[in-house]
Amino acid sequence: MINKIVQSVAEALAGVRDGSTVLIGGFGSVGQPDVLIEGLIEQGARDLTIVLNNAGAGRVGVAKLMDQGQVRKIVCSFPRSKDPVVFETLYREGKIELELVPQGTLAERIRAAGAGIPAFYTATAAGTLLARGKESREFEGKTYVMERALKGDVALVEAWEADRWGNLVYRGSGGNFNPIMAMGAELTIAQAQHIRELGELHPHMVGTPGVYVNRVVQVDRGGDWLKPEQV
Amino acid sequence: MPFNRDQMAARLADDVPEGWCVNLGIGMPTMVANYVPPTREVIFQSENGVIGMGPAPKEGEEDPWLINAGKQLITLAKGASFVGHADSFAMIRGGHIDLCVLGGFEVAENGDLANWATSENDTAPAVGGAMDLAAGAKRLWVIMEHTTKDGRPKIVERCGYPLTGLACVNRVYTNLAVLDVVEGKGFVVRDLAPGVTLEEVQAKTGATLHTQ
Repeated sequence: MINKIVQSVAEALAGVRDGSTVLIGGFGSVGQPDVLIEGLIEQGARDLTIVLNNAGAGRVGVAKLMDQGQVRKIVCSFPRSKDPVVFETLYREGKIELELVPQGTLAERIRAAGAGIPAFYTATAAGTLLARGKESREFEGKTYVMERALKGDVALVEAWEADRWGNLVYRGSGGNFNPIMAMGAELTIAQAQHIRELGELHPHMVGTPGVYVNRVVQVDRGGDWLKPEQV
Repeated sequence: MPFNRDQMAARLADDVPEGWCVNLGIGMPTMVANYVPPTREVIFQSENGVIGMGPAPKEGEEDPWLINAGKQLITLAKGASFVGHADSFAMIRGGHIDLCVLGGFEVAENGDLANWATSENDTAPAVGGAMDLAAGAKRLWVIMEHTTKDGRPKIVERCGYPLTGLACVNRVYTNLAVLDVVEGKGFVVRDLAPGVTLEEVQAKTGATLHTQ
């Protein structure tokens, strides 16, 4: 019997090693696996490279992970937020490395890793600072930049529903980066609000087939699943 | 009288025809949606994978799982759909967006746009989806004040700030004028804010303005 459900957040994060590249789903706070991020803080892995769209806000979640000194490098498209105090302080002091990637290129690099494509060409960023040092090539008279796949050791994702095969269903705009993060890492760990019986999830509603998922932990927010204002 | 921010958004919205799929950047571009009348069917795409955004939710009807690119709460229009980020940006990069509206620091007469960083050593450079949109949308219109707060032109011969995209801007909507960017020619005045003269606009512009 295939059963990817684990009983605790600690069990879900067991074995995450120092120096790992960790892909984290979510766009702002929506679809961000905040309980798994808290779990990673507890778990204590250090020297991490984290890959996600936003660099966290306030002093919770990803910002706290950085504040605890667990992050060596962040790969993201938009480190600004309403309250980017932690990232900006560390960045100014030279304590964190930033690789800024256009959002679509970030998504495609991760998708490519999951799809077995080592590199691709895109018109995005051609002729700009973010193409500096990268190979470029002309196709049909237009300049394209070569971008490399971006693979994770670990992915942390959030879903609304999951089953024991690891199939994931997303809610609202909470899919965003989660499906590609799940594809792009060796070890994919999901937090889900609801665990459903096998066969209960409509096949067309499954946003991430369980083949991409290794562990699922239920995080039942009860009536309290409305997230606090954080971007 | 120069346009205020709402009038600028309304002026731009006037030019968006029924049927277009439109991506609005964060900040002033987002306001454009408020001025497209609900009787005109326009599909608003948000980079985080929402295709068919509706108006802002009424109080008490917010769904925290529905946000736009600026992380503001939204509703869905009838006919809306969701995709993940890879597919959302495939749509953007693949030329399926009829119009993208972005803010700007500078627009040059060759259509170059600078809107993501103010220097090579910006304290917190943040590009988001702007470079993908600049490279992939069928049309790019910029909405911004005509000058900086201290009166320096933002419409220039060549951008000084780091570029977002090369030769990507088709039109600029400012508080003073609507300007087309015409290949081989530069800025062509399409419209002036009420009571604003061409001489006045030219005096506040760092590039030559052409008339049709």
